[in-house]
Amino acid sequence: MFLSIAALSAPTFAGDGSRTPKPVIEIDTPGKCIAPADEMRRNHMEMLKHQRNLTMREGVRGEPASLNECISCHASKKTGSVHQEGEFCQSCHAYAAVKLDCFECHQPRANFKTSASKPGIKP
Amino acid sequence: MSDSKHNAQPELPGKAQTNPARRAFIAAAGVGVAGLGFTAIAPGLHLMAVGEANAATGIATRKPGEAASRAVRWGLLVDINKCAPGCTKCVEACHTENGVTEKLADPRQASQWIRKVELTDRRNGKKTELPMMCQHCANPPCVDVCPTGASMKRADGIVLVDRHSCIGCRYCMMACPYKARSLVHLPLTEQNPLVPRGQGCVESCTLCVHRIDRGQQPACVEQCPEGAMTFGDLNDPSSEISKRIAATHTTQVRSDLRLDVGVRYQGI
Repeated sequence: MFLSIAALSAPTFAGDGSRTPKPVIEIDTPGKCIAPADEMRRNHMEMLKHQRNLTMREGVRGEPASLNECISCHASKKTGSVHQEGEFCQSCHAYAAVKLDCFECHQPRANFKTSASKPGIKP
Repeated sequence: MSDSKHNAQPELPGKAQTNPARRAFIAAAGVGVAGLGFTAIAPGLHLMAVGEANAATGIATRKPGEAASRAVRWGLLVDINKCAPGCTKCVEACHTENGVTEKLADPRQASQWIRKVELTDRRNGKKTELPMMCQHCANPPCVDVCPTGASMKRADGIVLVDRHSCIGCRYCMMACPYKARSLVHLPLTEQNPLVPRGQGCVESCTLCVHRIDRGQQPACVEQCPEGAMTFGDLNDPSSEISKRIAATHTTQVRSDLRLDVGVRYQGI
């Protein structure tokens, strides 16, 4: 009796026994990053923020820290993106529960070409 | 006194009343350096070019890490007499280049990066068309009213919105006398990687800043089949745009507002 109660209640207390999935980090060309992985994990947001202000406000281009460069290296080979579930940026941000705002404006797909479709009224 | 200050054409930066001869010498030196990129000034001693001019457009590109220069002021001259009625090639080029492809439910929410405007002379019914976009004012009202500092003017005179700090309040849209700004109302997914834009932020013509920084002309200028648009440095007296502004009558739209615009029209 006691055992059956324990067996029934266990999933309620401990979930299904697994924890939040670890982030997916697949890198096709390891070692090519602009800084060691530890430093990138801690400071990539500061690097991007610093660079975004320089590029946007002062027009500085061609510096090592660049969101487009991050994407071109880290995009999933299957989808070409970093932002869908399980992909480089998204999986780590989901694991760390940090909201990822970049891709509300920035294009998360590497080598994305905008189609020439004209803007207009929704049919 | 203030009138003369405001009416003075702004081609020279700040108070620099440069001696023409000195400017010509500097320009000649610049051509020599920029043209070769790598110049021998003595055996074993080389002078590296700071920036190189794009061979096709003549637009100087900055070296990586260098900020936009205050010595440059980018401008545009549109010859209305060449602008073909019904042609929207500049608008299409802009929308393709900047990823403005979304379909909206309400035409009042349409993007205002660039649009064709038709003028009618009431006395004789003569119709002329012109492309209207952000005029890249030297004294931009959108920058004056922005409560977060998102609306800004870059050192080389390009007026931009920093979407990182734009809160979408649309004060700048109210302040702009050219109706050159618009708000993105819907989530977007088809952005050009070089032109980030998204829901809740105001946007306008960037003069294709990402192309200029690579030494290319704005997309509308490049794609105009009539060659009606001239792009260049208003501060450089030897640039084609400066020569044409010096030689012909050109108009600043709403010049009464003394905004000192970077986009001039010829033939209005």
